[in-house]
Amino acid sequence: MKLVVASGKGGTGKSTFSANFALSISRCRDVVLVDCDVEEPNLHLFFSGDMRESDVTVQVPVFDMERCDLCGKCGEFCRYGAIAVLPEKIMFFHDLCHACGGCRIVCPNEAISETERVIGKVWDAPVDEHLRLISGVLNEGEPNGIPVIMAAKEAAEGNDLIIYDSSPGTACPVIETIEGSDYAVLVTESTPFGLHDLKLAAEVVQKLGVPAGVVINRSDGKDDETEAFCREAGLEIHMKIPFDREIARLQSRGDLFSVAMPEWQERFVELYEDICTRTGGAP
Amino acid sequence: MKLCITAKGESPDAQVEERFGRAPFFIFHDTEQDTYTAEANTFADAAGGVGPRSAQVLIDHGATVLVTGQLGGNARRVLEGAGIEVYQAAAGSTVREAMAAYRENKLNRIL
Repeated sequence: MKLVVASGKGGTGKSTFSANFALSISRCRDVVLVDCDVEEPNLHLFFSGDMRESDVTVQVPVFDMERCDLCGKCGEFCRYGAIAVLPEKIMFFHDLCHACGGCRIVCPNEAISETERVIGKVWDAPVDEHLRLISGVLNEGEPNGIPVIMAAKEAAEGNDLIIYDSSPGTACPVIETIEGSDYAVLVTESTPFGLHDLKLAAEVVQKLGVPAGVVINRSDGKDDETEAFCREAGLEIHMKIPFDREIARLQSRGDLFSVAMPEWQERFVELYEDICTRTGGAP
Repeated sequence: MKLCITAKGESPDAQVEERFGRAPFFIFHDTEQDTYTAEANTFADAAGGVGPRSAQVLIDHGATVLVTGQLGGNARRVLEGAGIEVYQAAAGSTVREAMAAYRENKLNRIL
């Protein structure tokens, strides 16, 4: 089963939830947690373990100027403006290239070949016997994290239970992370911003055909509007994590509150079992 | 000689557009024939890469001078590579006024 944790708004506590959720479930079964927030991965801060690092590469074009007659077909084809055909040379912008390979195909002179360019890394770390953390890490300055998200998800393939921790927002990286998931947990907070972006996230998962439920983090008990929205949208509110000083204190030290407060471990496991019942997956 | 001016509309009396890659229109001015030809910029609302793609339009038209407001880094590299001179038009001026200012050498060269 593949679960995704998303939110719309940043800072609602996706990573806090994911880390505590995954660790709690790993007490009774094997879990792979995948940090898909490749622009700012942070789940590794909660866990220790020796990580194995591998490069993520994309294919970018190389131009053979012996064969190129500056016909301009490649530049015309590129929708991303990555190739400019000047009167005497080709100019290539690797940061605009989406590595689609189209320029190589349309070149009538076979003047374009491809080479690998490293854009990020995948860290693979066994946290303990039952929990494994895979993190996608996009290199600084790189504009497109999608291939890194794909590589991180690919590294987790073949495992029974995978949890994807998404980046905030509702743009391409989030959609790439959600795709292929069996269930989405949308983490929101007790603020108008949290609710506003929850609505956007709910729309995304609905369009992608992924069933979803909600967790309200830092709940101050005044969640009427969020509850009303969830009722209307048919979203189950699975859990409320209170706006609690002790949780905040543990969190600010980099600790996982479910470890210090074991009653939460049980609640996370119950939430997981509830999701299994809903999706028909085996616990 | 062919010049290109970025414009908000298709007429020579339209205002100069300050943005290069996202300009609604490119107006090409042929100095020998004294003609103005407007071309809608198909990249004005594109998601990205508009600088190099717009620069490519100028290259394909054989323009050697560009009059605009400001340039992004990628567009600058392509225009520089193609040897196209770039001049900055005064804010609020029309295409015709900018052309007159160019002829009188009153525009600031930015590339």
